Amino acid sequence: MSNHNEAAAINHVHRDDVGAKMGMWLFLFTEVLLFGGLFLIYAVYRYQHPDQFRLAGMELNTSIGTLNTIILLTSSLTVALSIAAMQKKNKFLSMLMLSLTLFFALMFMVNKYFEWSAKFAHGIYPGSDELLGLPNGQILFFGLYYVMTGLHGLHVIVGVVLLSVMLYLIAKDKITPDHITKLENSGLYWHLVDLIWIFLFPLFYLIQ
Amino acid sequence: MYEEHEHTKHAAHPGYSTYIIVWLALLAFTSITVTIAGVSLGRYTLLVALLIAAIKSALVINIFMHIKFDEKIFKVFLALSGFTLLVIFILTFFDFIYR
Amino acid sequence: MSNGSITVNEKNFYQQSTNRYNGILSWLLTTDHKRIGLMYGMGILVFFLVGVILGVLMRLELIAPGKTLMDAQTYNSLFTLHGVIMIFLFIIPGLPAIFGNFFLPIQIGARDVAFPKLNLLSFYLYVIGAVIALIAVLIPGGAIDTGWTFYIPYSVRSNTNISLPLLAAFILGFSSILTGLNFITTTHRLRAPGMSFFKMPLFVWATYATAWIQIIATPVVGITIVLVILERLFGVGIFDPALGGDPILFQHLFWIYSHPAVYIMILPAMGVVSEIIPTFSRRTIFGYKAIAMSSLAIAFVGYLVWAHHMFTSGMSDTSRWIFSLLTFIVALPSGVKIFNWVATMYKGSIDPQPPFLWVMAFIFLFSIGGLTGLVLGSLATDVHVHDTYFVVAHFHFVMFGGTGTIFFAALHYWFPKIFGKMYNDKLAKIGVAGFFVGFLMLYFPKFIMGYMGMPRRYYDYLPQFASLQLVSTIGSWILATTIFFIVGYLIYAFFKGPRAKTNPWGGVTLEWHIPSPPPMENFETIPQITHEPYDFSQLKEMKNE
Repeated sequence: MSNHNEAAAINHVHRDDVGAKMGMWLFLFTEVLLFGGLFLIYAVYRYQHPDQFRLAGMELNTSIGTLNTIILLTSSLTVALSIAAMQKKNKFLSMLMLSLTLFFALMFMVNKYFEWSAKFAHGIYPGSDELLGLPNGQILFFGLYYVMTGLHGLHVIVGVVLLSVMLYLIAKDKITPDHITKLENSGLYWHLVDLIWIFLFPLFYLIQ
Repeated sequence: MYEEHEHTKHAAHPGYSTYIIVWLALLAFTSITVTIAGVSLGRYTLLVALLIAAIKSALVINIFMHIKFDEKIFKVFLALSGFTLLVIFILTFFDFIYR
Repeated sequence: MSNGSITVNEKNFYQQSTNRYNGILSWLLTTDHKRIGLMYGMGILVFFLVGVILGVLMRLELIAPGKTLMDAQTYNSLFTLHGVIMIFLFIIPGLPAIFGNFFLPIQIGARDVAFPKLNLLSFYLYVIGAVIALIAVLIPGGAIDTGWTFYIPYSVRSNTNISLPLLAAFILGFSSILTGLNFITTTHRLRAPGMSFFKMPLFVWATYATAWIQIIATPVVGITIVLVILERLFGVGIFDPALGGDPILFQHLFWIYSHPAVYIMILPAMGVVSEIIPTFSRRTIFGYKAIAMSSLAIAFVGYLVWAHHMFTSGMSDTSRWIFSLLTFIVALPSGVKIFNWVATMYKGSIDPQPPFLWVMAFIFLFSIGGLTGLVLGSLATDVHVHDTYFVVAHFHFVMFGGTGTIFFAALHYWFPKIFGKMYNDKLAKIGVAGFFVGFLMLYFPKFIMGYMGMPRRYYDYLPQFASLQLVSTIGSWILATTIFFIVGYLIYAFFKGPRAKTNPWGGVTLEWHIPSPPPMENFETIPQITHEPYDFSQLKEMKNE
């Protein structure tokens, strides 16, 4: 018992999938609280300026918002299917579904790009004279719009990077049906991105 | 307990069809919420929109994110952070409502 | 406890690396929680001493009425830097990052934290945050002068370097979040067999509760800080009243984090107290469950009281009395702790070693701080003393007299375990005494001045405050000298001190079962826990180990 050799002690590899998932969930909660702060600001300002928020909200393009909602929901499905396929040991289907997810994510960003550039073209962006000429409630609305969808977009980009790495790892057989936690955790992250959008969508695009 | 974690154990996961059904439900709720937004419900508009968003997120969290099938403690954590957020909202609004 | 006998020639964690490197890289790239804890310790101690020097400079300016040493703008930057450094770089990471890292895994019988690499990442985020904060002071444009609270609208108007320190605070927050995440997962997943939640040492409980605050509160201030940066850089309208924003909303969001953050600071300290008192009273802790639960209660109630910082901000009367009422609830779990500690000592066989004396100083100073907290929590009196020295005194009594004192208590308690060396007992006792006297001289007059109406953050004052200000400044000399004296004899002990025994104090939690300093993976075989955490009947078996 006492003359245990140290090499063995160092080389033991500790693996705890439940722990890894727990860590991921805890991280997601911090994300929820991060956006929670933004939603709180939104709620307060909407409470203070209900009419201005409605007027400003009508400026946003509902169809692009709806389209992006459908895209994100579908990408959430494909990532879930990718994990399920991996569990059922179907590597090809898993990679296909993950690639689809990446495709949808890029589509989302492309739409976002067009949406934002249209707004910029109308002179509505932070600090612009056009925007500063609007009533306070609308300045706040667009400020929040850019910050919240922008931060969400940033999360989409991070998700794209993350899922691309997963795709690579699957291809290299580093993720297998027995070592699937990384993929599952990336999936969790992607679903969170979707979740936040589920709330952003009605709050910004559906005020009428 | 230390190195003998049941690390290969996975709870039974739903099959492809479950996910597709959930996805269809999510799409259905999306179209409902878009349609309702066009109808004037007055002060209930926001409430209905948030209710639908809550249902959608419950579906995503339970099925897509597997929290229904995972360790119980995750649910406790989720409740904890949700509850905290709720408390923060309520307490903050004591200021803005009564100002 | 059958954690195996100790081989005399076993290598400790200084001699054995977790990676293939030797020398400095074996430290910089280590995943060993003990080495990471020590690296944090170095950084945190350095910043603490910098903060002390800044504080002494401020006191020096206030030695006599009028301008003595610096102009008003320099003073503004000085108190801001003192606050930012002490809060974000010393007291928030202090106990969890150093002692939590070092002892949490050991006390639950684990070989490391759940995510060792993430732990290293947290450390580097801390370093990056610190470096950015430093750069912000050095580059032209002027050091930040908003006060550590960054209140809107001044923080979007001031022309000094504000975005960089804000970014630093954001990164430090991220570091704090990752540490919390790591500790929660570690506590849930890596407890040794037999160690149920209610057999965990109370320091673990306290650190666990702290970790929850770190996770749930920090993101809120993180986003708030990002918003202020965006507001400064791009003119996004969020808080700026000129664009319709509400500065009071900023205060809400700021304090939603920053009030729970004071519990990030104090809870681990309370955990350390719950370790030290039983050890030196040779008696099991009184009301174990009550203390454990009160940590969770404090963590939770800490969320409900933030707006008591804002009684004079112009928020609604309804929320003023609600928050005032809720604030008093915090006194309950804190009182539970104090009473249980005192009850633990009752009829114990007390051994007044230096760590215990530090704890006694803590109980005295923290009680004053806590009770004056009630004065501030009560709406009517707060309006009277808000933004005066009274608040400054209260804050320093709870934070410095509370957490700061316990920082030294923990250092003295675990020093022999961490370094395997012993410091001089007499010098240590002189250290406590000097600290206590200097502290009271420095901060107690501030209660009186505050009550008389001396506002905080002024570099000048009316002649009637001159004598009390002078006493306070002399106190700062005593306190600062003592702190450097303490650091001095500890460094001396590190190099020249006699070897420490495995269990110099007669403690029974797991860290006292393993050699000093601990071996790299703490335990040869993971112990089987059979005893309650503070069951001193183990001491006999431990002698035979």
